[in-house]
Amino acid sequence: MSTLATLAWRFTLLSFVAVGGVTSVLPEVHRVVVDVHHWLTDAQFTQLFAISQAAPGPNMLLVTLIGWQVAGLPGALVATAAMCAPCCTLSYFVARVWQRFRGAPWRRAVEAGVAPITVALVLATGWVLMKGATTGWPAYAISIVTAGLVLSTRINPLWLFVAAALLGLAGVV
Amino acid sequence: MTAPALPPSDASPRVSLGDLYRGFFGAGARGFGGTLPWARRMLVEERRWLTPQEFTDVFSLCNFLPGPNVVNVSIVVGARFQGVRGSLVAFAGLLTLPLIAILTLAVLYDRFGQLPGIDAVLRGVGAAAAGLISATGIRMAAPLAGMPRALVFLLITFVAIAILRWPLIPVLLALAPLSVLAAAWAQRR
Repeated sequence: MSTLATLAWRFTLLSFVAVGGVTSVLPEVHRVVVDVHHWLTDAQFTQLFAISQAAPGPNMLLVTLIGWQVAGLPGALVATAAMCAPCCTLSYFVARVWQRFRGAPWRRAVEAGVAPITVALVLATGWVLMKGATTGWPAYAISIVTAGLVLSTRINPLWLFVAAALLGLAGVV
Repeated sequence: MTAPALPPSDASPRVSLGDLYRGFFGAGARGFGGTLPWARRMLVEERRWLTPQEFTDVFSLCNFLPGPNVVNVSIVVGARFQGVRGSLVAFAGLLTLPLIAILTLAVLYDRFGQLPGIDAVLRGVGAAAAGLISATGIRMAAPLAGMPRALVFLLITFVAIAILRWPLIPVLLALAPLSVLAAAWAQRR
């Protein structure tokens, strides 16, 4: 199968299950892109994630960056469209019926059942990225200090990125 | 296809396709570190297309549906005012500038990503980004702390995906129905 077709069906499938956004399917994107197809190395993957976080816009754009790395501009466009089209279509139609069931017991059960799985996927994303980013204990320290500051202060994460960039430039990691 | 996703109430403002494009373009253009707060600001405070309660309803749905939540917000809000065309225009507005920015960064990464300085900077930022996501996950987990049922499913999912690296879709197909059933059972008692 051509690379573009592989990109298209992989991201189309993921689009349907990306509850909580691209962040929650990121471990799967990593598995497919790094482990299965060897399109990127572990370190490249984490670097692209860093770029997508530092850029404006939804962090879904990581998918655009991966598409670009794998197959240039066509890859970027195919990956982006594959990631957006299914979930957008679904949103459009589900929005029309969902409001009608506000407060219905089955709707609350679905929400309560999906929540822990979504949270687990976000935590798995942190784990996978931390392992990809690490070059030893200083990198773990940056991850842990960042997490601690984000949880305990109201600091804008962009400042933490700037500090981490400077630490990187200084040769700490 | 053309029926609005959420029928606007009588008090809803009239929002044209051009308004939708400009509103979401602005939200996307300002969205450093997450677009959603800017989308809310634009929709509720600046342009007053939605009341705070309407925004919360739209958001809880979009957060629950698969896909990037702010992209889903653009689809649902666009549909509410202008049907399918509204959805497409709002979506295009949201992504115009971020797509240009990310493709520019992609080109720069191709050319300069291997330079020692850039490589070192990205290693630092990558570690920080991993920390940011972990913090988000921890914050999302906090409301589940007193619920053993939820924590069991959280732990099983985390081990299957992060440690064992099993494929996501079979894991979800197995765990999501069980988790929903367990939640339904817990509600009944």
